[in-house]
Amino acid sequence: MYPENYRYTKEHEWVHVESGTATVGITDHAQKELGDIVYVELPKIGAHVEQGKTFAVVESVKAASDIYAPVSGDVIAINDALTGAPETLNADAHNAGWIAKIKLSAPEEIDRLLSSTDYQTYLGAE
Amino acid sequence: MTDPASPLKKTPLNAVHRSSGAKMVDFGGWDMPVEYSGVLQEHKAVREGVGLFDVSHMGEILISGPQALELTQYVTTNDASKLRLGQAQYSAMLYGHGGFVDDILVHRVGDHEFFLCVNASNQDKDFDHILSAARERRFDAMVEAAGPRYAQLAIQGPRATEVLQKLTSSDLATVKRYHFTDGQVSGAEARIARTGYTGEDGWEIYIEPGEAERLWREILIAGREQGIVPCGLGARNTLRMESAMPLYGHEIHATLTPWEAGLDWIVKLDKGDFLGHDALVKQKEKGITRKLIGLEMNGRGIARDGYEVFVNGVAAGWVTSGGPAPALNKNIGMCYLPVHEAIPGRAIEVMVRGRAVEAVTVPIPFYKRAR
Repeated sequence: MYPENYRYTKEHEWVHVESGTATVGITDHAQKELGDIVYVELPKIGAHVEQGKTFAVVESVKAASDIYAPVSGDVIAINDALTGAPETLNADAHNAGWIAKIKLSAPEEIDRLLSSTDYQTYLGAE
Repeated sequence: MTDPASPLKKTPLNAVHRSSGAKMVDFGGWDMPVEYSGVLQEHKAVREGVGLFDVSHMGEILISGPQALELTQYVTTNDASKLRLGQAQYSAMLYGHGGFVDDILVHRVGDHEFFLCVNASNQDKDFDHILSAARERRFDAMVEAAGPRYAQLAIQGPRATEVLQKLTSSDLATVKRYHFTDGQVSGAEARIARTGYTGEDGWEIYIEPGEAERLWREILIAGREQGIVPCGLGARNTLRMESAMPLYGHEIHATLTPWEAGLDWIVKLDKGDFLGHDALVKQKEKGITRKLIGLEMNGRGIARDGYEVFVNGVAAGWVTSGGPAPALNKNIGMCYLPVHEAIPGRAIEVMVRGRAVEAVTVPIPFYKRAR
């Protein structure tokens, strides 16, 4: 369910780092909590995002939720497909539902994120 | 707001919701299911088939005694004297200054007995309001806060009657909209009312709390053939919003009046004196300055409760409720605007997280069922 090679935040984002670039999204737990997702506001390509700051917004039928950047860096790609098909976030949050790719500006931030095991322990305790 | 120290209140169906995997939320101090299978699916079920809601958090207040009618008339805006036995009406309770205490359903259960269904989080306030009016005016009537005596289930949708008829010997076809009958559902005493908060045909049944769990299960079984789904408050909200039914705390509250909320049709000024009457007369003479109107988003973005509305680049009003309208495939909302702007077809902007998103005013309701 929660890939071993991803890192996670307590705010329920995931990060997959490959050669200095992080693909980020929201976790399966997050999509379940939100319910039917009907709208996604993506960051702009080229935007600089800061770890812990809002960089995207996901709206369910019921409410809008801020998504925090799990890492700092520059946005180099966004998942435009989500604009027309936000429900992808419900169907496949960890893969097809990726939100953006961020070129890491502070790679050491990754070390402070949760492992898959730690995140699942955190979910259990939440 | 809810006192964090006090535990959430529970309906008699709380354990059923929890054990069947409903997502639960704190709704005005009540631990309530917000969704079962998902708001969109539940919404569709009610529009096209049938859905079952636990609305036991709603309050009930009983007014009885020789002057029950006089008291009911004094604390409500609609004309309760027009109600025949077995008939219900949508109405409002106002403060002397004309603002809303609550919006309610008034059922005439006897010549001298009225049964009020009121909003969950307002029930204590409503009871105090009626009781103090009764004392002040020395009405010879009794007021009972009857919430704990009732569980309430809503069976809503075009196939609701079909489902409920399987469980009752009352002939539901003879019960018209905004009427009710006292009978039995699956052997349990029930007030069976053809009312609802979804914009569809349907029923709200008032039963003993001890029967709630059994009836919940039996209605779900009886409705299997019709594809019944258990629903949460999330779908209840999108359904009522599409039908532009007001929600206390959003479209109506203590500083808004029925004229402003577009609820003129539940105000009967010539029925005699009632709380708020003079303030309403005065406001009618003076004219209102703001009014509720529907909106539809044209640009990308969803209007939400509290967002600012701009007209010609100037802040002019606010969104009271907003979100996707699942049956219409649009993003809709309701908002208060200056009265001269509150007409359909005006280009407006809704401020979504600091970004002005184009929208247009539209008539309400957004959705009307085929009859």
